[in-house]
Amino acid sequence: MEKLKALALKFKSLIGLFFLCIVISIITPRFLNINNLLNVLTQVSVNAVIAIGMSFVILTGGIDLSVGSILAVTGALAASLISKQNSLFLAILLSLIVGALIGAFNGLLVSKGKIQPFIVTLAGMTIFRGVTYVYTNGTPISGLSKDFTFIGNARVLGIPFPVIITFIVFLIAWYLINETRFGRYVYALGGNEDSARLSGINTDSIKTMVYVISGITAAIGGIIVTSRIGSASPNAGSGYELDAIAAVVLGGTSLAGGEGSIAGTIIGAMIIGVLNNGLNLMNVSPFYQSIVKGLVILLAVLIDKKNKK
Amino acid sequence: MKRFLSTLLVLALFIGTFSGCNKTSQESTKKIGMVISTLNNPFFVSMKEGAEKKAKELGYEIVILDSQNDASKERSNVEDLVQQGISVLIINPTDSDAVANSIAVAQQNNIPVITVDRAANGVEVTCHIASDNVKGGKLAAQFILDKLGGKAKIVELQGIPGASATRDRGKGFHEVVDGNANVKVVASQPADFDRQKGLNVMENIIQANPDFDAVFAHNDEMALGAIKALNAANKKALVVGFDGTQDAVDAVKSGEMAATIAQQPDVMGSLAVENAVKLIKGETIPKQIPVDLKVITK
Repeated sequence: MEKLKALALKFKSLIGLFFLCIVISIITPRFLNINNLLNVLTQVSVNAVIAIGMSFVILTGGIDLSVGSILAVTGALAASLISKQNSLFLAILLSLIVGALIGAFNGLLVSKGKIQPFIVTLAGMTIFRGVTYVYTNGTPISGLSKDFTFIGNARVLGIPFPVIITFIVFLIAWYLINETRFGRYVYALGGNEDSARLSGINTDSIKTMVYVISGITAAIGGIIVTSRIGSASPNAGSGYELDAIAAVVLGGTSLAGGEGSIAGTIIGAMIIGVLNNGLNLMNVSPFYQSIVKGLVILLAVLIDKKNKK
Repeated sequence: MKRFLSTLLVLALFIGTFSGCNKTSQESTKKIGMVISTLNNPFFVSMKEGAEKKAKELGYEIVILDSQNDASKERSNVEDLVQQGISVLIINPTDSDAVANSIAVAQQNNIPVITVDRAANGVEVTCHIASDNVKGGKLAAQFILDKLGGKAKIVELQGIPGASATRDRGKGFHEVVDGNANVKVVASQPADFDRQKGLNVMENIIQANPDFDAVFAHNDEMALGAIKALNAANKKALVVGFDGTQDAVDAVKSGEMAATIAQQPDVMGSLAVENAVKLIKGETIPKQIPVDLKVITK
């Protein structure tokens, strides 16, 4: 009995997701079919990838509000490189590097500059949105090659390519957090920074690294979005930071840090995606959709809190 | 906990089998899908209401989704509507370039597409319904010149740089005023179709360049912001907006605003549904349907 309860607690996000799917498939028969489920997975992929990076940051007790703007900058960079140089490899590589550099900028200000993550990344969010406007001159970059739009639109063995990318990112993140020393240090840092430092962990470098990871995943998100739409819009990704944070929280990770999992985050992102898709399929008026989504987040956190007592 | 969970599971399975049975009795009537760029703007809310009213009148079900100005969300919305089995897609794009792939999703499933207000670049759609913005810009310039006896110093508040509405309204306006020796455009600055930005930009212009007698704003929101700034600075000027939103029409009635070039979003929504129904019935419809603009004055 106790064991089962522990098991149920461990998988509560998954149970929540399962329950949500059941409810939606009762109301609309269009939900449970393979095409729609693949749709949902594709729609979820961008948020899931960003949220995976966000999980690292939140596990250390930090937060990254700049991911939406990083997505826009790197998406625009990839699009302009593709349309000018037509080199897929160069476009992807440079976007990832720029994402990592912006992450390092955030991370160094947090670790060495000792400024609160909220402030650093809030400033970053505005700065890099501005950089995107300057870089794109406020107009979308379009006319991308077929090679590039492949990333967001193609299917490999019937599975949409963004879903495959998400799965690979998940595997790497899962390995990093569970099987490496770095992963253990991330938890240690989030659990108690002082004791982590006293036990000889280089907390500054861990702190910087998590923002670099978040920058890279945001850049991957930028590449997927740009290629899916076939155009880089200067206001792409606005508000995505909130969806990513919501996914992390719904996945059972504590905003205080030190507690949570990458798998939980994927489930959290799925909950948001299924909710978005389900509400659309159920013809819920757009005005009510936001209310429902907010209530679900509150409910999930409430249940989480009650179980921890 | 265990009991709760097992009850939940049994309930879930039970209902699950039920929903499976229901699949045979799916809705048989034809459905129209509509994706709107944002419902955080009264203009598009009017469009939505016009469409809903027409659909109800003609007896068709319409599903309307909000893209929240996000091209990625727009694509998800189209995918979800295709899943729902719509017969026609009416789309008001968030961005003319970014919408191409979303439209392709519908067309791959043999669903005809009607664009409303903003056109789609790079894809062929069945029909495009929009106001003639260039003509509207001309109407605005002409109105200002008529009111001020052919001699004017005008401030132009532009929309989001690069947006097609900005380009077209500006183009029509400049076609009339450029090269006219009696007209001077003293400032042309973007305020992104936003009321707050309209206020800020107007304040700056009043400080930097107070010698003007008319303001042409590319939309009503900016015009209303500009009026706030003018009132605060006690400066008199003829303000002309664009769109004909309820707030602007009220401002014209109260005399604060000289005129607004009214688009008719409700007519656009209504025309879109009317033509969608024609497509469902197998009739052919024109490729371009212009919607009239009108100058609203006191």
